[in-house]
Amino acid sequence: MKVELDINRQKHTVDVEPRVSLLDCLRERLLLTGAHAGCEHGVCGACTVLIDGTAVRSCLMFAVQADGYAITTIEGISPGPGELSILQDAFCETHGMQCGYCTPAMVLAAHALLSRNPQPTREEIVDAISGNICRCTGYAQIVEAIALAAERMRGQNIKADQP
Amino acid sequence: MKPAAFEYSRPADIDEACAMLAADDGARVIAGGQTLVPLMAMRLARPTRLIDIARIPGLAYVRDEGAVIAIGATTKQHVVENDPLVRAKLPLLAKALPYVGHDATRARGTIGGSLANGDHAAEIVLVAVTLGATLVFREGGANREIAASDFFLGPMVTALPQGACLIEVRFPVWSEPRVGVAFHEVNARQSDFAFVSAAAQIAVDPNGTIMRAAVGIGAVAATPLRLDNVIEELLSDGKREPAIRESLQRALAEIEPMGDLHATADYRRRVAVTLGVRAIGDAYRAAMKRA
Repeated sequence: MKVELDINRQKHTVDVEPRVSLLDCLRERLLLTGAHAGCEHGVCGACTVLIDGTAVRSCLMFAVQADGYAITTIEGISPGPGELSILQDAFCETHGMQCGYCTPAMVLAAHALLSRNPQPTREEIVDAISGNICRCTGYAQIVEAIALAAERMRGQNIKADQP
Repeated sequence: MKPAAFEYSRPADIDEACAMLAADDGARVIAGGQTLVPLMAMRLARPTRLIDIARIPGLAYVRDEGAVIAIGATTKQHVVENDPLVRAKLPLLAKALPYVGHDATRARGTIGGSLANGDHAAEIVLVAVTLGATLVFREGGANREIAASDFFLGPMVTALPQGACLIEVRFPVWSEPRVGVAFHEVNARQSDFAFVSAAAQIAVDPNGTIMRAAVGIGAVAATPLRLDNVIEELLSDGKREPAIRESLQRALAEIEPMGDLHATADYRRRVAVTLGVRAIGDAYRAAMKRA
């Protein structure tokens, strides 16, 4: 089936079997390998992408269902080639990653949180990433990174939809 | 973790969806897919065709009809969770929804999908049975209604006929000024499947006498239990805790809980009593605060 996808503000037309998940389509057809395949049944959160700005699991959605939405992957988060977003920078600074497998999804889940809530409490941050598993268990620094990014974004008065 | 091959259709309206369902025994409806797709990934479900109803117009809404709040089948769970009308008039549903999956699954998962799948541990299913909701489905070009208590037959088994499609759920609104609710759950981790869940909604008069009560226990038996005996005793006997505990114990002694790797039948029965007592107590106190 042919489907037109809007990914990181670019249109892509792909021809996929209905059973191909959005995750596999992103990784194998479009070579956007930042969305990671973990459990592939909706438990680990490693495949998180943004659909119209909301964090969803790309393994629980078929590519043929995804036309007409604005899809954002981790590749679409940085402000320019070789640059990091404020959130990504905060993850580096607080050591908010160890092996890095969960990191793109953590950044996107945090991105969705900060775009609707610029001043989250620690509890709200924990809740926002509760669907994302980090098997290195580096949660403390991840929470710290999100809090730091929130503080910096408030300081810089950056538009809410562009963390 | 790759689903078996299937055909994919996107019907223009609900009657076309029903016709497609009726034409193929192996066809399944998909809306949010947050229950069905994991089952397909594990090959516990192998539909021949997915009929996508998510974008059929006019199936996603929260509507105030006075004594009833009607919710369209494809309304996303996170939309219902944040709806001011639901928070004000269906506080038990609002309280239960944060327990349903995670933010990321509630963003896609629908109210109707959870009901149509009929998982015995699903929180939305428990609230529908506890409050005595009515489910509306479309079949053969006509709308039909069924009580939630008649709809759920067993784990993932419902009375929905092949060739029918759930379109709406109607939750009764309690008009009493003092209504309190509580929802409690024991699970392995936040937002995972419930081992036991308990829901209670209680209305009191200005003297603290219970006017109306609804109590339900989920994930313990093959379908959610609405504990009618407990409700009757609550109404007649007031709200003393030992009496409530005994009443719950009697009600649960009659059922055979499902045991599994995670929680034995005995454990579930014991926790059901504890959570039931806690939910009833919390709902009563919440109602009293609304004086």
